[in-house]
Amino acid sequence: MKKLIALLKQNARLSNAELANMLGRTEAEVAAQIAELEQSGVIRGYSVIVDEERADRDAVSAYIELKITPQPDCGFDELARIISGFEEVESVTLMSGGYDLGITITGSGLRAIAGFVAQRLATLDGVLSTRTHFVLKRYKEKGILIQEEPGDERGVYL
Amino acid sequence: MNYPELMSKRAQQIAPSPIRRFFDLAETMDNVISLGVGEPDFRTPWPIRQAAISTLERQSIFYGPNSGMLQLRQEIASYMERRFNLPYCPENELLVTVGGSEAVDLAFRTLIDPGDEVLICEPSFVCYGPLVSMADGVPVPLATKEENEFRLTAAELKAAITPKTKILVLSYPNNPTGAIMRREDYPEIVELLKDTDIFVLSDEIYCAMTYGTKHCSIAEFPGMRERTIVVNGFSKTFAMTGWRLGWMAAPAPIIEQARKIHQYGIMCAPMISQRAAVEALRSCDAEVDRMIEEYDRRRRFLLSRFAEMGLPCFEAQGAFYLFPSIAGTGMSSEEFCERLLQEEHVAVVPGSAFGACGKDNLRISYAYSLKHLTEAAVRMERFIAKNCK
Repeated sequence: MKKLIALLKQNARLSNAELANMLGRTEAEVAAQIAELEQSGVIRGYSVIVDEERADRDAVSAYIELKITPQPDCGFDELARIISGFEEVESVTLMSGGYDLGITITGSGLRAIAGFVAQRLATLDGVLSTRTHFVLKRYKEKGILIQEEPGDERGVYL
Repeated sequence: MNYPELMSKRAQQIAPSPIRRFFDLAETMDNVISLGVGEPDFRTPWPIRQAAISTLERQSIFYGPNSGMLQLRQEIASYMERRFNLPYCPENELLVTVGGSEAVDLAFRTLIDPGDEVLICEPSFVCYGPLVSMADGVPVPLATKEENEFRLTAAELKAAITPKTKILVLSYPNNPTGAIMRREDYPEIVELLKDTDIFVLSDEIYCAMTYGTKHCSIAEFPGMRERTIVVNGFSKTFAMTGWRLGWMAAPAPIIEQARKIHQYGIMCAPMISQRAAVEALRSCDAEVDRMIEEYDRRRRFLLSRFAEMGLPCFEAQGAFYLFPSIAGTGMSSEEFCERLLQEEHVAVVPGSAFGACGKDNLRISYAYSLKHLTEAAVRMERFIAKNCK
């Protein structure tokens, strides 16, 4: 299972036949394992890693630190759920340390992000403060290099 | 100066490496995707690099003992016993060399008298013949067959032995075929050799890279240790090619002679590399296993792709090479490689570079990322569909 997940993390578009070949199993076994991983919720979905800058020259990404007040019954969960519901939000994580929620968001231009923070995030009940960091350059995401990979330095010497 | 007249005739008779030619051509072209390199694509595991950095920071880099640091020889002895069941005495049966290739050279120079014949199982890596010649020996190719998955058979060996045979060179897991010798392949060969005066040079540089079965050395068999020189190194197993470090394991009288040649010609293997190699043997088993697993994935991937494109290929279980047959295409391996390079910009090595018996094959290295292999396979498939149906 671990090896299968590792391969899918590298490239979720490998076919079951290719995965089976690489793992030395049958296609049917791989299909069954993937189905099980999906049903049990280990695999939550399949996505694509995009170089936002190439896709849209105006795209701006930000990482936002949020301090919030925990609610009596549900702690941080309720607010985290509300924020997760915003379409422009890419990830929401509860953090240990100096702030509570870490949020990543990509928008078309600085204004879009500023507007989102000021109008939608900061106004939520329970949000104490926000701190927005803009992304200057991306190097690697989910194990995939965003910058050009260095060329092969190996030569043929014999 | 009339150089050709004045320089060693023997040196001038050595042919340039046949692998190089294609790559010199490939370098003049754009967008070439290569499956030609014979070294790992992985970076040297971090603990090894860290050990080298800390050596540079904290220690003087003096000459070391001719045989190599005792601490390193002890680690090598423990590694060989632990992984391959081969006990050697660190004090007098091991010699640390500048790569496995120096150990190969030393073995020939230590054992060969003028006119001695050296049987070289082919297809094989290209260094053995020239080094035998330089040691005044006579290289004798011993062709292995695809139908035997390029293993040496006792019958082939028996037919090749003459009264002048001094050494049998075995290099399994094999470059370029990826062939391995299984444990059950050895007893008959051992039977042939054990009452003779023939030595065996067993080049086991790819010993860590076997898939589905553990490497077996001929030196393990009764009666063989006393006549076998095992050559090994750090380059392939630990992704340390540029560190230039290998070793020779052999009976003490052989090491004693080899050490003199090494002492006068080399002095000692690089000390930074030696200190880093101690770390490699101590703490990198898991890293090595991870790399082997990745090679195996690539091997399976390429084998299945070759099957899909109708390129026959025996299931190689060692090293990081596949050796598909192009016998059915009507092209020689040179022609196939040259056209594949011109038409699809894929550089592979013709099997003929590794001996006449490889003339119907290609050497494909899978020391490349899956992404790279995927693209190369697409181009090869297109080439075969166009030219070989």
